[in-house]
Amino acid sequence: MSSVSSAVAHSLPEAILAAGAVGLLFFGALRAKDSDGPVTEIAAGLVALAIAVIFLGSKTDAVVFDGAFIDDGFGRFMKVLALLGSLATLIMSGNFLAREKIDKFEFPILILLSTLGMLMLISAAGLIALYLGLELMSLALYALAAFQRDDLRASEAGLKYFVLGALSSGMLLYGASLLYGFAGTVSFAGIAAAIGGSASRGVTFGLVFVMAGLGFKMSAVPFHMWTPDVYEGAPTPVTAFFASAVKVAAIAITIRLILTAFESIPVQWRQIIIFLSILSMALGSFAAIGQANIKRLMAYSAIGHIGFALVGLAAGGEAGVSSVLAYMAIYLVMTLGTFAGILEMRVNGRSVENISDLSGLAQTDGAMAFFLAVMMFSLAGVPPLAGFFAKWYVFNAAIQAGLYALAVIGVLSSAVGAFYYLRIVKVMYFDQPAPAFDKAAPAPRAVLAITGLLTVFLFAYPGFFMEATRAAAHSLF
Amino acid sequence: MFGFGILTCVVFLPLVGAAFILSLRGSDEATLKNARYAALATTIADFALALYVYAQFDPSSSAFQFVEEQHWFGSGLMYKMGIDGISLPFVLLTTFLLPICILASWRSIQVRVKEYLIVFLVLETLMTGVFCALDLVLFYLFFEGSLIPMFLIIGIWGHEHRVYASFKFFLYTLAGSLLLLLAVMAMYGVAGTTDIAVLLHTHFPASMQKWLWLGFLASLAVKTPMWPVHTWLPDAHVQAPTAGSVLLAGVLLKFGGYGFIRFSLPMFPDASAFFTPLIFALSIIAIIYTSLVALVQEDMKKLIAYSSVAHMGFVTMGIFSVTSQGVQGAVFQMISHGLVSSALFLCVGVLYDRMHTYAIAAYGGLVARMPLYAAVFMTFTLANVGLPGTSGFIGEFLPLIGTFKINSWVALLATTGVIWSAAYALYLYRRVVYGVIEKPALALLKDLSWREAAVFAPLVVFTIFYGVHPAPILDGTAVSIGDLIHGYDTALAAAKSAALALP
Repeated sequence: MSSVSSAVAHSLPEAILAAGAVGLLFFGALRAKDSDGPVTEIAAGLVALAIAVIFLGSKTDAVVFDGAFIDDGFGRFMKVLALLGSLATLIMSGNFLAREKIDKFEFPILILLSTLGMLMLISAAGLIALYLGLELMSLALYALAAFQRDDLRASEAGLKYFVLGALSSGMLLYGASLLYGFAGTVSFAGIAAAIGGSASRGVTFGLVFVMAGLGFKMSAVPFHMWTPDVYEGAPTPVTAFFASAVKVAAIAITIRLILTAFESIPVQWRQIIIFLSILSMALGSFAAIGQANIKRLMAYSAIGHIGFALVGLAAGGEAGVSSVLAYMAIYLVMTLGTFAGILEMRVNGRSVENISDLSGLAQTDGAMAFFLAVMMFSLAGVPPLAGFFAKWYVFNAAIQAGLYALAVIGVLSSAVGAFYYLRIVKVMYFDQPAPAFDKAAPAPRAVLAITGLLTVFLFAYPGFFMEATRAAAHSLF
Repeated sequence: MFGFGILTCVVFLPLVGAAFILSLRGSDEATLKNARYAALATTIADFALALYVYAQFDPSSSAFQFVEEQHWFGSGLMYKMGIDGISLPFVLLTTFLLPICILASWRSIQVRVKEYLIVFLVLETLMTGVFCALDLVLFYLFFEGSLIPMFLIIGIWGHEHRVYASFKFFLYTLAGSLLLLLAVMAMYGVAGTTDIAVLLHTHFPASMQKWLWLGFLASLAVKTPMWPVHTWLPDAHVQAPTAGSVLLAGVLLKFGGYGFIRFSLPMFPDASAFFTPLIFALSIIAIIYTSLVALVQEDMKKLIAYSSVAHMGFVTMGIFSVTSQGVQGAVFQMISHGLVSSALFLCVGVLYDRMHTYAIAAYGGLVARMPLYAAVFMTFTLANVGLPGTSGFIGEFLPLIGTFKINSWVALLATTGVIWSAAYALYLYRRVVYGVIEKPALALLKDLSWREAAVFAPLVVFTIFYGVHPAPILDGTAVSIGDLIHGYDTALAAAKSAALALP
């Protein structure tokens, strides 16, 4: 096989999304209609096709495009997660956009472009590819956050995200240039060889700046300030996208960067990760308590969960990475389910976002209340739901790595965090009914039911799932 | 049986009933009646299954019996079930109390009846699972999972301050349990498995044992509950509906004592010996202090809740005496308390159903209107006091003997608890039942209905039967506990000789 065809074979999912996005853009422009028509469905089909290609395509690991792009088990696992996040977003968004009268054909195309950026980010094997993927993902996200452009909060969210995002990109670029200056190469493997086990001050500085940039994308404390406002202001399907696929991509590149470029200097990177992790867990738990808006609450919840995922990364090693993968997969399911529930919160055709709007939901819509309660208990980490196993894996990795203090802080903050998840269950089950929601749209309801059942029944047959995370983590080592 | 072991059937049968009730449509009276009968039938069938297990059980062996093992999660986590002489009585107690709970809620629960029954059946699965699990993670799954149904029971069907109580219950227990989870992970790191049967024979380094022991204490002390982390219990009891209180006092509190016997003593013998004075001190405080607190309560349920804390003091004291009398007595006391305090909560529930208040001051002179009730209440009050001839006597006497052999001062102080319990229990009885009826509302009270009498009858029978003839429980547990104490003494002797061998 020639090197060009091999490169295409290994980047087929990316090629599908790129060609699809361009094609759809032409289609939409030539169609000369404002509404999205079949574009959303086609985009969803393309994403599904990309997932199928990953499952059915070559399983051999390879580095192509002159060492800039790596296709390995780890990447494929994370890509499937990111694609699932974007697929669910596309499926859930159609109805919402039409209702809010923003069903423009650009929306699914932006999602596709952003997803393409994520795939490139996940597969990046060098700093240039990393930056390209990151910016492609982010630029589409800035536009998506402000998609509801007549809405003041959405514009504010888009602008805030853009300004802070540009700042963080700048930091990341500065760090990358420092790394390049000291290592003389942009490839992760080359950086690892240049470091050779002892970190010079320049490399450490570069690492800190790059981690600051990535911390922003993960919304880890102290780079989280944009999160609550953007989550609240952005259209709800976009928020779901932020909380699911974007997080997966950001944590994936963080893992890959640390474990391929900096694995030989654990003292340097581990302290950064532990620092981010503890702050995120603590802030995520405490700051969410006072929130009245459920999207803001989910923003703090997302911050907390990134903290928990980073516990597994801090543990390092194969066990640590596979625990993060398990965590992100389960977190993705729980988040998509929760946002599917939030999308169903409509009264008289208008979306509502206050936690108090959920009052007495158990009596007006038992199924929705049940599945949302499952999500809340699972996010809180209560067994036998999936969220418990996510926490079990990351904390177990930390304990086995001897990070006892981190684990104790983690479980205690998760006990604090349980309070606000319980509060939502309390509102739904213990309080008197508020006005009932409109009849549920089929797509969000389906997503909620599927994710809910996955969350409840993961414990029954977890084998294949755990095998997948183990195999994916193994490919990094 | 059906490709599963018998224990899996016992544990998961209630879920079948729950699924059936879930499939019932409509909310008319006939449907609700069907749901109630379905729940009752399920729980009775489950009890029958548990009795079948009891009949097949071989009390002369200390090994785990009816063991089932399935590959579950990779890397050492298994679905493993099995029981021995220590867990069997608790399985029987749990399955025995559930039909009683369903019957007791027959009329008193009128809102969201189907959900109520489903939650109780799910809770039964989780509670029996705790006692049958032979894998620590599986145990934790059931142990912690039981928080969700109990949270809902208190929060949805509870009384006025139910939200506060349910949150306090959930968060207290969760915070403690998470530390237990970390200890489990650390043990997994040493042993490479969470199989309880293997861990029972794993030697953990002495310094590590202390931390692990404390991790387990954090969870088990909250559950038991031991002073000073008992404060969630009175709130939870007062706010919970009657059947919720019954399961809380009857079964959930037993998780604590069961955990100490199953895990703390045999797995961390050095640490247990090291911390025994701490446990003794906390037990004494629990017995004396909470008895005094019980004496001044104005609320019947709160009084019984505090008396539960005091009785659990006997349990922890007996367990950490590590004598066969002490540990057997502790198991016996837990079973006896499961019967007696459940019955007392039911007694209070009977009054609440009629008068809708728990205030002691609202009652008085009930004997004139409700003679049968007065007799039943008297039986359980005396059993709670520990009158010879009731199960309560054996349950207090044996731990005291066991402790006396180890530390006579502790036993002496704990014995005052018997006097305190007589004081608060009889004082409650006098204020509620004796005297003349002065309040006009009480003059129309009806005595126990047939259904209520049917609820109490088995409890009365067992309380007196075990008081006169404790052998069934003691013989059933003897071999397992003897083995446990032997292993504990051997481990301590080995540690001692190792310490002497060092220069």
